[in-house]
Amino acid sequence: MAIFADSSTRVVVQGITGRDGSFHTRQMVDYGTTVAAGVTPGKGGQKFDERIPVFDTVEEAVREEGATASVIYVPAAFAAAAICEAADSGVGLIVCISEGIPVLDMLRAARYVEDQGARLIGPNCPGMISPGQTKLGIIPGQIVQPGPVGVVSRSGTLTYEVVWALTREGLGQSSCIGIGGDPVIGTNFIDCLDAFEKDPQTEAIVLIGEIGGTDEQNAARYINESVSKPVVGFVAGQTAPPGRRMGHAGAIISGSSGTAEEKISTFKENGVEVAERPVDMPGLISKALNG
Amino acid sequence: MNIHEYQAKEVFRQHGIPVPPGQIATTPAEAEKIAEEIGTRVVVKAQVHAGGRGKAGGVKLAGTAAEARAAAEKILGMEIKGLTVEKVLVTPAEDISHEAYVGAIVDRSSGSIVLMVSPAGGIDIEEVAAKTPELIFKESVDPRYGLLAHQAARLGHKLYAGDPGRARQAANIIRKLYESMIDSGASLIEINPLITTGTGELKAIDAKMNIDDNELFRRQAIADLRDVASEAAEEVEARSQGLTYIKLDGNVGCCVNGAGLAMATMDLVKYYGGEPANFLDIGGSSSPEKVVTALRIITSDPAVKSILFNIFGGITRCDDVANGIVEATSGIELAVPITIRLTGTNEEEAVKILEGAGFSAMTDMDEAVQKAVQLAKN
Repeated sequence: MAIFADSSTRVVVQGITGRDGSFHTRQMVDYGTTVAAGVTPGKGGQKFDERIPVFDTVEEAVREEGATASVIYVPAAFAAAAICEAADSGVGLIVCISEGIPVLDMLRAARYVEDQGARLIGPNCPGMISPGQTKLGIIPGQIVQPGPVGVVSRSGTLTYEVVWALTREGLGQSSCIGIGGDPVIGTNFIDCLDAFEKDPQTEAIVLIGEIGGTDEQNAARYINESVSKPVVGFVAGQTAPPGRRMGHAGAIISGSSGTAEEKISTFKENGVEVAERPVDMPGLISKALNG
Repeated sequence: MNIHEYQAKEVFRQHGIPVPPGQIATTPAEAEKIAEEIGTRVVVKAQVHAGGRGKAGGVKLAGTAAEARAAAEKILGMEIKGLTVEKVLVTPAEDISHEAYVGAIVDRSSGSIVLMVSPAGGIDIEEVAAKTPELIFKESVDPRYGLLAHQAARLGHKLYAGDPGRARQAANIIRKLYESMIDSGASLIEINPLITTGTGELKAIDAKMNIDDNELFRRQAIADLRDVASEAAEEVEARSQGLTYIKLDGNVGCCVNGAGLAMATMDLVKYYGGEPANFLDIGGSSSPEKVVTALRIITSDPAVKSILFNIFGGITRCDDVANGIVEATSGIELAVPITIRLTGTNEEEAVKILEGAGFSAMTDMDEAVQKAVQLAKN
């Protein structure tokens, strides 16, 4: 088991012939992901690496090759449109790696995905990996191993750091999900916590947050109310300066400062253990698994 | 990207939001001349990308042109939250009978634009929100339909209950504010305060806009509003190379790939008793040139006593970073010690490149941070 994607997932890569798309498609194939098709408008009919059929539209990739998930590596200016196209084509899972998408475009795209009943991970994220089964995105395959720990994170390389620390201590993962750090994203912490709670392979959960917003505080309260499995948190940015914040709207709407201190204390108030350093994570997870 | 008050007011003006006239001065003499032309009492306002200008003394009332000159003399060159004031806005002093707040922001938790108004506007609006949240009124905009007329009307009536004329004026301003936000690619837009004058007119006497950086590629006119002179020089240089740099007060210079890991690295520096000199994220796909720029920026800070590289290779290739370090340091003697931690993609090639140039590399983050902190103390 795993969450969101496993060995049965058939992937279509949007932007498969681009620089990032082609590089990471090969990495995904090497890891064992079933890349059933690619999409680059105007290049329909070609084969990628003499094997993977390329289509002009996602709809064809779904119809001809039975794609069930899409991974998007298209440039920012076209990425929101690519997300909507994927959602309209019937894939249930859309992972958008592209960064730099205008937030006003994402407001519409995220709502569109929701209306189509699909799941979006990202944008501006490293994607996800279910160790030993499949990876959709750019998380390095060599740092993970199958096991009982579910990982969800807003960050990219910090996720790798924590996952690698777990793997070195023999603590494998069920799935690792990078939800992305943009203001408007699809899948959030709570969606992942809910899925890990229901996943029989997952026995403990790592949640990696950072400063800004209130997603961690909402997650902390959700854990208290609805998650029975142990969760260990980490929050980056304890030394980040308060900054030269302009405008009041952010503080008014969230009623929060979004500081690491506030997030850490909300975790603790809700019974969630917090690792002080990334390297403390494996010890706390071991304790949770054996306790 | 932040734009100045006077620039945001120009956007407002183009969209038909009532704003007072005003002009920009960069010298006290210019301020005096503008005040003379205005001919009434004026306000001299620092134009700087920092909140809390008023409380820092960056906004002054002047009764005469000579007073405007004196005010500009005090404000120009003043430092507000680390930024030097280069420009002031000289604008007529308004006759204020009431202050309201009107703002809009992209709200993460609802995934929509939320408009907010309060009849209790002014500099203490955050306190109003915290202590009397019943005085804050919100409307969430469904991105499928945009702002609907009745939503703007509802907010207008909340602002000026029992005064349908002003409520209608306000609804109009709220609609135009929303249009300004969409047309400019802003993620935050604010009028605080929206005043009622003695004669019952509404005017926006302050304006804030934060533009989504991701919009700039398709909005040249907005991108041109960037005021490079008002930003820290190192931050401007970093951005031109696709790096994100923020100067801090410590002495351990940090160079990291990824914002989350960069923050976690700074936290660790502090944990082991040091102080980070900066936040620096070299981004995803690194090239040797980026590393050269990063090192130049870090070493230009005289406070830096020790440099720490922390690279977890994913898309970023460790050998690219190693080549950048070697290139940036070839032919010059580094004045401060450098500690390099790298692991992940092409780690072995990177170690060879570094060792060939006389550097050593570590793979453990905590050990590297401890070493860099220790070296900064020597």
